[in-house]
Amino acid sequence: MGVNRLTKAFSARKTEGRKALIIYLSAGDPSLEMTARAVQELSEAGVDIIELGVPFSDPIADGPVIQAASNRALSSLTNLKKIIELVKELRSKVKIPLVLMSYYNPFLQYGIERLAADLDAAEADGVIIPDLPLEENTFLRESLDKKNIATIPLVAPTTPKERLNKITKTASGFVYCVSLTGVTGAREDLPPGIKEYLERVRDITDIPIAVGFGINGPEQARQLSPLCDGIIVGSAVVRTLHEEGISKTIELVKKLRQSI
Amino acid sequence: MEYPDKRGYYGAFGGRFVPETLIPALEELEAAYLDAKQDANFKKELESYLKEYAGRPTTLYYAENLTKYLGGARIYLKREDLNHTGSHKLNNVLGQALLAVRMGKKRIIAETGAGQHGVATATVAALLGLESDIYMGTEDTRRQELNVFRMELMGSKVIPVDAGSATLKDAINEALRDWVTNVRTTYYLLGSVVGPHPYPMMVRDFQAIIGNEVKQQILEQTGRLPDHLIACVGGGSNSIGLFYPFIKDEGVKMWGAEAAGRGLNSGEHAASITAGRPGVLQGAYSYVLQDDNGQIQLAYSVSAGLDHPGVGPEHSYLNDIGRVSYTGITDTEALEAFKLLSRTEGIIPALESAHAVALAIKMAPELSSEQTIVVNLSGRGDKDVQQVAAILGNGGIKRGCK
Repeated sequence: MGVNRLTKAFSARKTEGRKALIIYLSAGDPSLEMTARAVQELSEAGVDIIELGVPFSDPIADGPVIQAASNRALSSLTNLKKIIELVKELRSKVKIPLVLMSYYNPFLQYGIERLAADLDAAEADGVIIPDLPLEENTFLRESLDKKNIATIPLVAPTTPKERLNKITKTASGFVYCVSLTGVTGAREDLPPGIKEYLERVRDITDIPIAVGFGINGPEQARQLSPLCDGIIVGSAVVRTLHEEGISKTIELVKKLRQSI
Repeated sequence: MEYPDKRGYYGAFGGRFVPETLIPALEELEAAYLDAKQDANFKKELESYLKEYAGRPTTLYYAENLTKYLGGARIYLKREDLNHTGSHKLNNVLGQALLAVRMGKKRIIAETGAGQHGVATATVAALLGLESDIYMGTEDTRRQELNVFRMELMGSKVIPVDAGSATLKDAINEALRDWVTNVRTTYYLLGSVVGPHPYPMMVRDFQAIIGNEVKQQILEQTGRLPDHLIACVGGGSNSIGLFYPFIKDEGVKMWGAEAAGRGLNSGEHAASITAGRPGVLQGAYSYVLQDDNGQIQLAYSVSAGLDHPGVGPEHSYLNDIGRVSYTGITDTEALEAFKLLSRTEGIIPALESAHAVALAIKMAPELSSEQTIVVNLSGRGDKDVQQVAAILGNGGIKRGCK
């Protein structure tokens, strides 16, 4: 399924005149059992795509909330192999696309060809790697392409137009638009210039575009939704799950779902 | 073939593994650096600061007492400890800070481990009127309290970092997060030959003054090139600075002393090349201390400046092609060297540099008196005396002396 499952998730919402809701969870925070439960319940609550964060010791693109979550996940001995096994288990119960998000080194040490084969066997749909820019991703992208698994690229407000063009040409699944210059974590306000930036990306590609980083809740999601095809919420969900538990998290996700 | 290539690779190592937000900034930095490198005025300005402000050239000193004590090869010390601020770090900081000014940046950020790079950055920020924020692991702020005071005295803000091991690695992470956030206004003044391209190349070029001076000085003093070069390797800036101008001189053997901490088998060391595997950390593919899952392991060394789980990509390359031999020096060996150099020559080395001295102490007696060794004395040990005194305990220096 891979790329196709992602594409369908966006087009299904599009036909309804709505946007896709993408949620990030730190896999293994506090345990993979909880992650499994959260994935099932959140997908029932209307989430369209789930990103499973693979913990890394040095998450340079993450703010305090996800840094702490990654540390908790590492403390519970979570690793990439176990997360891929989890995806395999979940696949019979959950129909929505599941993508893995991590830094490059855990993937690299796992072995790129082994990764492609195991993600394919587990029916995972894509990967997002914040520290693997276009110039460095060729081997991984080609390996995943063969299995029809999406290498979802990130673009940033600082990405010039010509570069946007190159990146989006290699994109599959969707384009991850980092909303701001900065690390993950909910912010009070939307970043300045966000409209022009998302329009710039919109103009350049037909692949769905989703926006993430900094989105603190339903109101910001609603404001951003006309500018994109999907909204990604990470830290706000990770924090709620950690501090207030699964039922409050489902409430938050339902509100997010209604807002876009 | 000159390295790095256009993609910032040294053989298989290097590259640019950073968030997309930073890629345009790295491209801009590379272009600005290459432009400055061609500019005679930039070169002249940098040379003038290095001479009049830093006090270069530093001397190449024949350590006759140490040589006699060891009874083997003749040992020369490249006295980077005499550079202003007490270490080689200033060479790179002056170069990059002038580049930051040229690029119109008003704010600089830096990371520091032992505090030597932080102090050099704070110094030049004061000199050039730049705002500067320096990230430092809380563990290191404790170990190097006096350097925190120095930086603050010169008007820099020291930001303690609690994450991870609260040492250099975590300070770099936090500086990268700051840079991702403030990339449009801020210059990241990285202190070693690590990180994404063009940093390893740029820092190497600014530090190559060490090896260039040595080449001239040793020819003047001995009439020939040295047989051995020795330097300590944490991130690897002082060592690459010494080695780089000699890479093509095949008769010159090169040795990198990595921090073996409590021993290479103890699990408590910082020997990335000797005991690590290639991986991606903080923007580059290079040797890294990591577990089977690719999680970065905590490094340990008595020396805060070597206490880092990664190493510059050019060192990884030089290791793999066999041009430089890397070897581990334990805390104990470094402390012995710290004492021996102080006693024989009246020179207190930085604990980092003491690792290089320790390797020379091991090698020299095995070599003939015809042979010459140049040791890069990358920094002075004043910053370390309190820590060493605490380790050795009252009266321990006398007791500990062989």
